[in-house]
Amino acid sequence: MSPSMSAQKITVRCKINGQDRSFTTYPMARLLDLLREDAGLTGTKEGCGEGECGACSVLVGGELVNSCLIPAIQAEGTEITTIEGIAEGEKLNFIQQAFLEYGGAQCGICTPGMVLAVVYLLNRIKKPEDLTEAALRTALAGNLCRCTGYTKIFESVVRACHARFGASAGASSGDQR
Amino acid sequence: MRGNIPAYDVRAPKSLTEALEFLHREPGAWKPLAGGTDLMVLLEMGVLEHKRLLSLHAVPELKGIREEKDRFVIGALTTFGEIQAHAELCREFPLLREAAASVGAIAIQNRATLAGNIANASPAADSAPALLALDAKLELASHEGSRWVEYRAFHTGYKKTLLQQGELIRAIALPKLAPGYVHAFRKVGTRKAQAISKVAFAGLARKAPDGKLTEVRLAFGSVAPTAFRATTAESRLQGRVLDLALIRDAKQALQQQLTPIDDVRSTAEYRRRVSLNLLEDFLLQAKNRGEA
Ligand SMILES: Cc1cc2nc3c(=O)[nH]c(=O)nc-3n(C[C@H](O)[C@H](O)[C@H](O)COP(=O)(O)OP(=O)(O)OC[C@H]3O[C@@H](n4cnc5c(N)ncnc54)[C@H](O)[C@@H]3O)c2cc1C
Ligand code: FES
Ligand code: FES
Repeated sequence: MSPSMSAQKITVRCKINGQDRSFTTYPMARLLDLLREDAGLTGTKEGCGEGECGACSVLVGGELVNSCLIPAIQAEGTEITTIEGIAEGEKLNFIQQAFLEYGGAQCGICTPGMVLAVVYLLNRIKKPEDLTEAALRTALAGNLCRCTGYTKIFESVVRACHARFGASAGASSGDQR
Repeated sequence: MRGNIPAYDVRAPKSLTEALEFLHREPGAWKPLAGGTDLMVLLEMGVLEHKRLLSLHAVPELKGIREEKDRFVIGALTTFGEIQAHAELCREFPLLREAAASVGAIAIQNRATLAGNIANASPAADSAPALLALDAKLELASHEGSRWVEYRAFHTGYKKTLLQQGELIRAIALPKLAPGYVHAFRKVGTRKAQAISKVAFAGLARKAPDGKLTEVRLAFGSVAPTAFRATTAESRLQGRVLDLALIRDAKQALQQQLTPIDDVRSTAEYRRRVSLNLLEDFLLQAKNRGEA
């Protein structure tokens, strides 16, 4: 193939939010674009496009990843969860509910990524005592927000942990620097 | 500006033999693609020159962590997330766990592979000081077969490595350690996550019951064209009992091996000071270990 020619499109089959999907696309197309443009799931956002901000976070095979850094060819055969798969039908998930109640979202661009980072953390912790302030901060460290100053996001996350595990879980919401 | 996506051809071989066959048939034509956390960023910036990529994600021989009698063998595609999730590996090499946890943030650790970090050959790669301190060995595989090289010899200059055309990193082996080592990994960046190191340090030390250092390994990243072992300081310390005078001595020896630069992330002077402080801190920790 000469460099000026274009590559063959490929078929990518995967499961998104429990549904089997199939796409015809270029192998280096970004998973982010596959989700937003081809699948019409615009809840996943683009911030930086280079792995720094976490706005494009989704779960692939249960792992938190930046969809802007994943070429379509590597999505073949995977199971993907986007923010659209987090709510329980019309009912917001308890993490989303906490962001709503405690002002964790302003423009909302970072919010889907933040919520998925928390989903990932909660999927992985073995007992509520593991939800220390440090664990929460590490879990959110790859997600940038240019609106809230983080305080309200952190409070929302702590409240969500309390809602799920009782007040002993996680850091106290007043204790943040 | 983002690269022209349709211009990039990608193949995904299903076995190591098939992957090596690609590299052998058209030398230099195919660029390995692992987790993509370096290459996808180049694509986004419009500077990914290779138009033909060989995605390794479906090559089973490059996956998994295996414990053998006297070493751990880590498949090339192992991510920093998988390293942290491997209890035995982390128990054996606490400093490797620390290094893995210091790369980017969680979503990066879940994709970024150890071999990608090595092959990308940045002097600021966080795995480098850890692998140097652990005396890592690399298995390089090609169509002709495979060879083992010392990780220490792998980086031959700024962004230059021993990897030949047609070769892939297949695995990374880490010899097991006798019990009783003091482990340390420290990274200094602008902030804790998503920051490229200004200085990174990995240290291992072991003392005999009489307090003499039976072994000490010191490695630094980001303060020279490649990460390096502070051999002059190591030999100054070897077989001696740590005291404040000896620590001063070791710092002086380290000075000679530091060749930091000023760049967008930091200044040479800051990097030099921090390197010396990290060494002192580690040696004090080793000195106090076992003292009441
Ligand atoms: C937001 C962000 C933050 C980051 N933070 C850090 C950090 O804190 N510390 C740090 O060290 N790095 C950091 N990185 C860099 C990056 O994540 C690592 O270098 C990563 O380990 C590269 O692995 P990969 O599998 O993603 O590589 P890829 O991008 O797939 O490949 C990288 C290079 O390695 C080559 N390669 C890959 N596998 C092989 C193989 N088996 N054999 C031969 N060549 C191979 C490729 O051809 C390419 O040249 C960061 C990156 C991003 C985007
Ligand atoms: S858009 Fe993917 S990390 Fe910023
Ligand atoms: S709410 Fe706007 S970026 Fe976070």
